[in-house]
This record gives sequence, structure tokens and C-alpha cells, in this order.
Amino acid sequence: MTDAPLSLQDFTSLLSQFHGEAAPAIDAASDADALEAVRTKYLGRAHGWLKDLSAKLGQLEKTDRAAAGAAFNEVRLRVEATLETRRVALTPARVAGALADPTMPARRQWTGAVHPVTQVIDEMIEIFRELGFTVALGPEAESPWYNFGSLNFPADHPAMDLHDTLYLADDLVLRTHTSPVQTRTLQGYAPPIRVLIPGNVHRRDPFDASHAPTFAQVEGLVVDEGITFADLKATLTHFANRFFGKTKTRFRPSYFPFTEPSAEMDVLCGVCHGSGCGVCKQSGWIEILGSGLVHPAVLESSGVDSEKYTGWAFGMGPARTALARHGIPDIRLLYDSDVRFLGQFAK
Amino acid sequence: MNISHEWLKAFVPHALTAEQVRDLITAHIATVEGFERTRAELEPFVIGQVMESEKIPDTKLSANKVDDGTGALLDVVCGAPNVTVGAKYPFARTGTTMPEGLVIEQRKIRGFTSNGMLCSSRELGLGDDHDGILELQTDAAPGTPLLSVLPLSDVNLVVDVLPNRPDLLSHQGVARDLAAVTGVAMQLPPELSSIQPIANVMRDEREVAAGGVNIRITDAADCPRYIGVIIKGLTVGPSPEWLRNRIEAIGSRSISNVVDATNYVLHGLGQPVHAFDLKKVGGSQIVVRRAKPGESLTTLDGVERKLDPTVLVIADTARPTALAGIMGGQASEVTDATTDVLLEVASFAPKVVRLGRQKLGLSSDASYRYERGIDDAALPRIAELAAGLIAAVAGGKVEAMLVAGAAPAARTAVTLRPARVSKLLGDTVSADEVSKLLTSIGFAVAADGDTFSVTPPSFRHDVLRDVDLVEEVARLRGYDRLPDRLTASRPSNVPDHPMHVVGRRVRDALVAGGLYETRPLPYAKEPPAGAAPLVRVRNPIGDDEPYLRESLLNTLAGRAEHNLSRMQGDVRIFEIGTSFTPKAGGGVKEEIHVGALVMGARRPRHFTEPEPPAMDAWDAKAIAEAIALAAWPGARVDLVPGEGDVTWNVMVQGTSRGIVRNVQLDAPVWASPAFGVEIALGKMPANPIAAQGTHDYAKGEGAAAGARAAVRYEPLPITPAAEFDLALIVPDAVPAAEVERLIRVTSGDLLEAVSVFDEYRGEGIPAGTRSLAWRLTFRHPERTLRDKEIEGRRSALLKTLQKEIGVVVRTN
Repeated sequence: MTDAPLSLQDFTSLLSQFHGEAAPAIDAASDADALEAVRTKYLGRAHGWLKDLSAKLGQLEKTDRAAAGAAFNEVRLRVEATLETRRVALTPARVAGALADPTMPARRQWTGAVHPVTQVIDEMIEIFRELGFTVALGPEAESPWYNFGSLNFPADHPAMDLHDTLYLADDLVLRTHTSPVQTRTLQGYAPPIRVLIPGNVHRRDPFDASHAPTFAQVEGLVVDEGITFADLKATLTHFANRFFGKTKTRFRPSYFPFTEPSAEMDVLCGVCHGSGCGVCKQSGWIEILGSGLVHPAVLESSGVDSEKYTGWAFGMGPARTALARHGIPDIRLLYDSDVRFLGQFAK
Repeated sequence: MNISHEWLKAFVPHALTAEQVRDLITAHIATVEGFERTRAELEPFVIGQVMESEKIPDTKLSANKVDDGTGALLDVVCGAPNVTVGAKYPFARTGTTMPEGLVIEQRKIRGFTSNGMLCSSRELGLGDDHDGILELQTDAAPGTPLLSVLPLSDVNLVVDVLPNRPDLLSHQGVARDLAAVTGVAMQLPPELSSIQPIANVMRDEREVAAGGVNIRITDAADCPRYIGVIIKGLTVGPSPEWLRNRIEAIGSRSISNVVDATNYVLHGLGQPVHAFDLKKVGGSQIVVRRAKPGESLTTLDGVERKLDPTVLVIADTARPTALAGIMGGQASEVTDATTDVLLEVASFAPKVVRLGRQKLGLSSDASYRYERGIDDAALPRIAELAAGLIAAVAGGKVEAMLVAGAAPAARTAVTLRPARVSKLLGDTVSADEVSKLLTSIGFAVAADGDTFSVTPPSFRHDVLRDVDLVEEVARLRGYDRLPDRLTASRPSNVPDHPMHVVGRRVRDALVAGGLYETRPLPYAKEPPAGAAPLVRVRNPIGDDEPYLRESLLNTLAGRAEHNLSRMQGDVRIFEIGTSFTPKAGGGVKEEIHVGALVMGARRPRHFTEPEPPAMDAWDAKAIAEAIALAAWPGARVDLVPGEGDVTWNVMVQGTSRGIVRNVQLDAPVWASPAFGVEIALGKMPANPIAAQGTHDYAKGEGAAAGARAAVRYEPLPITPAAEFDLALIVPDAVPAAEVERLIRVTSGDLLEAVSVFDEYRGEGIPAGTRSLAWRLTFRHPERTLRDKEIEGRRSALLKTLQKEIGVVVRTN
């Protein structure tokens, strides 16, 4: 049987006829079975319409076959893509095996957590960093000179009773505060100095609900020309407002050998906002930190000119803040490292 | 220090409420940390006036009409014999709780309704008088709160007196500052104001005698001055009510008139005074001397104390009679039978009192004040007041005052430039104001050009330099009145400490990996015999953990056991902290370490994986790598196999920095094995540190301290990669790292990646070998690799592996 040769024009019109019928038919298929029927009809390998069309390629003049083949392939790909799109649209069931109930939980990873005391220290560093503070550290085993002498503790003064000290040797103690790092910083760097000093300190305290023999402290030190008590008040008040949210501060006289004048800073009680309650022992205020202008003797013991330079310093216990902020009743929980406790502070 | 609001008011007759006084003391003087109203239980009681009264027949009772200020007259039945029409009594309305707990309710008594109760002083807890109800002599109207007419209400202000201000350890001391702050003039309380000077006074430097008494100071360095006052013919008995009230108001117990009077002087004027029963002082001799070896004394608390020459005592002709500045002796104690006393008003050196107190382990209100410093210059005046007070409350005659020793030297003046005050406070304080404020609390200010010469009063031992005076000015003005001004600042010269920077990076990495940060105590038990020594605390808090830990991982192991004992088996914890190691020849080496411990499920349980696998050594190895990557970015990190429990040594740029190891725990059977990592991040500077600007950490200690080297960009590939897999039979003696090294060396530049993705032992694999499957990725930067090129590399590689390390390709 010899048919008349097929013209390229006729073949392309057959292609467009095929596409014009197949594409809407595919889109009209309402379920997987219908789609499979449509596929067999148009794209079936054995008896599909497309198979018929491909057979017609042989009837074309040889010179037309390349162009016809390209057109054929383009149509085939398009229809196949249409079919695939429709198949995906019709078969959510393929993935639904696992997602039949999307309320089931996610496949989670373990979540780590920063210790609540470290979180307080981090926030403090963040706030003070905006004010140009950097972070200084120092050793925990210190000579008595760094821990007391350089900080204007008079030898043999009962003020030393405030510091029940752990001794490692005659001339070596576990530091009782982070203040020796003030001396180390003053010895190591010329002003301007603006540092925050976090670190562990040690006292000969029993380990009970409200005391620990080792605890964190954060110290701040500013030394430059023209530093005043007004700077101290403003900076620490700024810190308090950033750290506790809008609050008020109160400064009252205090005593530390290494500051003069010395001041204790309170913020408004977060529970009663100043009217007095059990938390603040009816005073309306919560004690936050000790502070003061750096005693000239401290500057002098580090070789800093106390006429030219002035400064201020503060010290704060982040553990106490962490206890208050999270309502933790017993300080030992901070040390026990119970994973059920630590896991509560995942961010 | 307990301060009675009423007692304070006797010194400073202000018109402020106790709350206002509390706030002023806290703002300007010292923090008031307690505020306790005394007799608060009497607050609901009011004044009731009896308007009509009529006997109830055949009883002791009366039916009365009482005006309690509310308008209508109340029917009240009363059993007291002394009900008088028109008189006023304490009245408890219905609903009032009596001090003993009974609540007054409306009752029917013999057919009469009673709405409340007229009270006796015993019913109010004010005394034992129960003869009848307490008749009040007052003009106050019915209904007025009882406390406002009885001088019973007081407030105990608990003042936190800091060690530099011993002058505040008395009512007079707090009153001096309060007077300056309020502007109300200070006065002597009425009970002291009429005391007359003592006529018969004998003085001498070392030894003085009068009225049969002899006082001798052996060393003026121990006892600069000793005053004895002889009072004869007194009667020891209960204190008068006003004195009892004073003593009880500060929470003390009234003992007798003489003892209460000495306590009055201690708490009122701040001077410890002691009364000896003069007849029990042998030879009427007072010798102030150090105790002799072997001497002992039974003190007032009934304890016999062994003495030695560190302890200063008061002795008679034969033996010690008191511990100087600490506590009196029982033998010469004032008793009910005492008629003659010798009153001691003395000054003892702070140091000798402290040594004695420490030696004997005995502190007292007296030693507390002597150690911090008393007002030596005021002793004669205080002796006069104390003796006068005793004579006033116990009778007797003040016969003579004996003063041994000298008055203290005049205080050294402190130079103050008033301009310095403004410079430090950041506020303009005029020279006039500085002078006025200092004068108001007893400082003598003399102007000399533009500086002041300021002499502290005798009771202030803490003012030594100009800044101490600046504080006085600041607090008297009020810290809250000083300005706060945030000013522009120059940037800090101090770089962040490298251990802070590194610690922060490591912490972030571990938290991101699902670990919890811990901050445990750094103490450790005694190391087992043969183990490396630890740093020992000389005076540890407890005997169970007297050492400082060297290994953070050991600390974490203890914390893991703590968790296991609480049934918590999924433990992923870490710490960044200090490791302490003893240095040869003394001293302590400190390093910042990171320790991490993991055990239990690798992932949270999920319905697609109900039993997640347990953590193993590979997880610990990954943690070690993550730490090294965070601490030494860009550095070469090798985990070299270790021995025993140490599975790997962590090498950074060829230097050993830490370990990964199996952690042996005291664990219950259900617990999974534990794995740990400990890596040294860097050192802490040791004593003594270098000169200014040359801290060893400023130079950067090790790679950890250095700035991160910038990563170089590598162009993204534009050609396809060729991958193939190699299943190799590897003898057990050949480590995977060696196979990988040879693959890399042999494959040349075009090898892009190599990884081991399977390990298999067992059927089909000869004994003593294992199968390791590798995937190799090759890529040419400019063109597609031909199959022949890949095949060539593959056969060359297999040849080398077989030749060098006996590794062959797996054929089954």
C-alpha cells in the first residue's frame, strides 16, 4: 500500500488537532482512573494517538522529516507535561500516606540551652557593649594583694570579715570578687577603660538554698578623664531601664573599700511597682548592685594618675537576678545541672 | 543595729513619721532593712468611755453603756470592780482579736447583751495588773485608737551599719546624722538631760587611786584609757517602766536596773560599759594586763575560758575578773545583793580585742564596737552619764571617778579642695555648701585659700582622704539629688579577652548541637592514689570535696550521675570553665576548658522512629570537631586514635588540645553509655602580669586568640563531576585514615572529594578484614572527564592500594 506523501503542513495540522484534543481531555480527567484512560487514548505506547502520529512521520518527504520531528517532539513534551501536572494535581494520595494526619508532631532535633545565669550575663554584656564596653577576664586564684591590697582593703580591718576567703596557700586565695580584674586591667591598659568583667568568685559560704561557695559576678569599670558620679548614675540607670524594662532607680550610701563615694542601686520592685509587698520587704525597692567612684588608692596602686583620671565601678550578682526573674526558689538548682531544669531555659 | 523610733526621737525631736525617718536614714545614712511595728496587736483597740453603769444583782458584774465614738451607746457587760461612769478605758469592739488570740463577739450574759469588752492591762499584754480595767488619763475622744494615747507604740528600725561607720552603732550616732539631714537640733533625752557632773575626779597617766579603788594600765598600746566610777549604796531591782520600754523596744530583755542602764549606754550612746560588783573585786584592784599562761576565767555566760597572753584582761590582785572589751566574769557579776559597783568605761585597742575574740571564739556587742572603733574622746562624759543613770534608776551615790590614761591625740586634718567635690560628683556644689554640710555632722572646717582643712570629729575613724569627705557631701545632699548625665565616651582601650570570644563561639556551637550549658561547683574529691595531684583548698567548706577540679569532664560525670539518680537518662551537658592544676614549686595553673558529656537518645523520640539510637562515640567525635572548628576556625584538626578509654586525642595544628573518651559512670542498668569531650581552649594570665600594654593575652595566645583568617572564595564548578564507588577489603590493621590518605595522594588534583559510606564485616569477607565502601568524586575544572580517564585512575589507585597496604577490591 502506497499512500500519497504527507505534506509538512498537513502533519503540523494533525499535531495541533492532537494537542487541541489531548490537552483539554487531560485537564478534564477527574480522577486517576480517568486520567489513565486519557493517557492510554492519546499517549499509549501500543495504540495511542501519538503512536499513530509518529508512524505518519515516515510518510513525509525526507527533507521535511527533521522539521516535522522537532515539531512532533515539542508537542509530545507539552502533552506529557500537561499529563504530569494533572497527575500531581490528582494524586495527593501518593504523599498522603505519611500526612494522613498533619497534626502529628514534627521530627524535631534536640534543643540546647544557655544556662539562665549566663543568659543574664549575656544580656548585660549586650547592653553595655552598646555603650562601648569590652569584656575583660582574669584568674580565679589570686594573690591577696590583687584581691585585697590593691583594692584599698586596709590590712587587719574588720571589713575583711565581709570576705570569708578560701586559701590555696599563704599567698594565694580564690578571688572573693571580680574586682582584682580591675587592678589587672588598670595595670595592663592605659585609659580610656570601659570594661565588663564577668567571672566566678568564691567565698567560704555553706551551700544552701540561698548561698553557694562559688557564684558568678559581673563587674564594670570605667576610667578616663572627667568621669563623674553623674556618669555612674546615668549609665547604671540606662542599664536598669534596658535590662528590667522601664523602671526607676534609687541610689543610697554604702561602703566598699575600693570605691568612694559608694552607692547601692535599687530598682522599683517589679511585683508591687513601689507600693511595698512581701517580695521587696515592704520597701518598694529591690537591691540590684553595688557601685561607686573608683577609690584613688585603687588607681594609684596600679600606677594610674588619680588626679588626671577618675572612674566608677559596679558589681552585680547575676544569679540573684536569674532567681528573681524565673521564680527559682533554691539557688542549688542552678548548680545541680538537672536536665529537666536546664531544658526549661531553651531559647 | 536595732533602732527604736521613739528612742531616736528622744535625741532628735522631729515631727516625722517612722516611715519618713526610715526613708531619710536609707537615703542619707545607712540602709534600713527592717521595719517592725511593736505592739501591732493593739492597733484595733480604741478608747471607750463609760456613760452609764449599773450593777447586775447577785453578781460581780455591771451592765454599762459605752461610747466608742460610733454614735449609739453600746451595751457592755463588765466584771471589773472599778468601772466608773465618765472614765475612759481601752475598749475592744466585737470582732477584735485579743493579744492572746480570743475574738470578741456579741454575747448574752445573765440576760444582758454585751457588745465588746473593756480591758485590763493584763488582757492587753501590758502587765500583770488584773485588779480591774485600765483607766486612761486622757483628753482624747471616745473612738480614738488606743495606741495614739499610750506611749507604747514604737517601730524597730533595723539599720544595716557597714564596717566603716561604727559611730552609727547607737541611737545617738544615728541621731547625729538624722539631725543634720532634718535640720532639727540634737538634744540629750530627758532621762539624761539632768545628770550632774561628778565632783570628785582623779586623773593619772598610768595608775590612779581613790575611794579605796586602784586602777592601773600596764600597756597604753592595749588600753589607752580606763575610767572607773565608784557608785555605792545602790539597790538592784527591776527597771523603771521607761527604761524597760527602751530596752524592750530594741528587742532586748530587761534584766535589772543596773544591767539595763549599762545596756542603755551601749545602745543609746554606743559605748560598752561594764559594772563590777565592787565587793567581789579582790583588793578593789583594777589591773589592765595581758593574761598569763595558764590563767582562766568563767565568763558571764557560765563558760570557763582558758586564757593566754594574746588576751587582754581586767584583773584584781589575784586573778582575771573580765575579758577586756569582750565580756565580764561571773565572779564579779552584779547580783540582787550588790550594793557597790565599779563602772568601767574604757578604751581598748581594736586589734587586741579582735585577737582575743578570735582566740576565744567569743564575740559580743562590746567586742563588735571595740573592734570597729569607739569614741575615745567622749569617755569622761559618757562615764558621767552612765553613772548618773545608774544612780537615777538604782539609787546610790556616785562617789568618785578615776581616770587612768590620757585623752586621745587631736585628729589629723584632711585637706579638701571644694572644686574637687564638684569635679567628682559632676555637679556644682559651692564651697559654702560643702562647708555647711560637713559642719552639720561635726567636722571642723577651716578655709585656707581655696582649700579646706577639715578635722573629723572624734567618733569618725573612716575619714582619711579628700574622697571620704566627698562622700559625706554627696550623701548629705542625697544621692538622688545629684544629677545623672549620660556623656559621650571615648572607646575602650581594652580588647575583648580572647577566652571570652572563644568561649562564646564554642558555647553557641554546642547549644546549636542540642547540649545544655551547666555551671556546676568546681570542687572535687581527693584524687585516687597514683592519679595526678589536684589543687587543695586549705580551709575547705566541707571535707568531702576539698580540692579544685582539674577535669571539667569529671565534674560533668558527677552531674550525669545526679541526673541518672533522678531517672534522667538523656543527658547532653557541657561547661566552659576553669581547670586548676598545681604548678611544680607552688602556684596554680589555670586554663579555660570546655567539657561536654552525652548519653541517651540521639534524637527525640518520634512516631516515625519510636526507638531512636543511643549516642555513641561518633557523636562525641562530632562534638569534639565542632568545638575545634569553633575555637580554631581554619586550623587543621586531627582526631588521632587514643588508648583505653581515650578514643581520640584532639590535635589542632599538630598540638594536643584535648581528648574524646568513654565516661565510666556509677550508672543504673537501664542507662546508655556516656561519652565525653574535654578540650583546653587557652590559659589565664598568671601572677605577676606584665607591664602596661603587654598582657600575654593582648598578644594573642595560640590560634584561639587570633583573628579569623579570611576564607578564600573558590570558583563554582562549570563542568560535570564524575563519581564512582570502590568497595575495598581492608585488613583490620589498616586504619581508614590511611586508606583515605593513599586515595588522596594517588588520585591527583582532579579528586574533589572522598568519603567512606559503608563498613561491613561478616559473610563473604575474609576474617581479619572488613569491607569499606568509598565514594570518589572527580572533576576537571575545564572539561568533561572521559570514561577512559576515570578508568585509568581507578586501576592505578587499586594497584597502589594493593601494593602499599594490601587493600584489594571487593569482588562479591
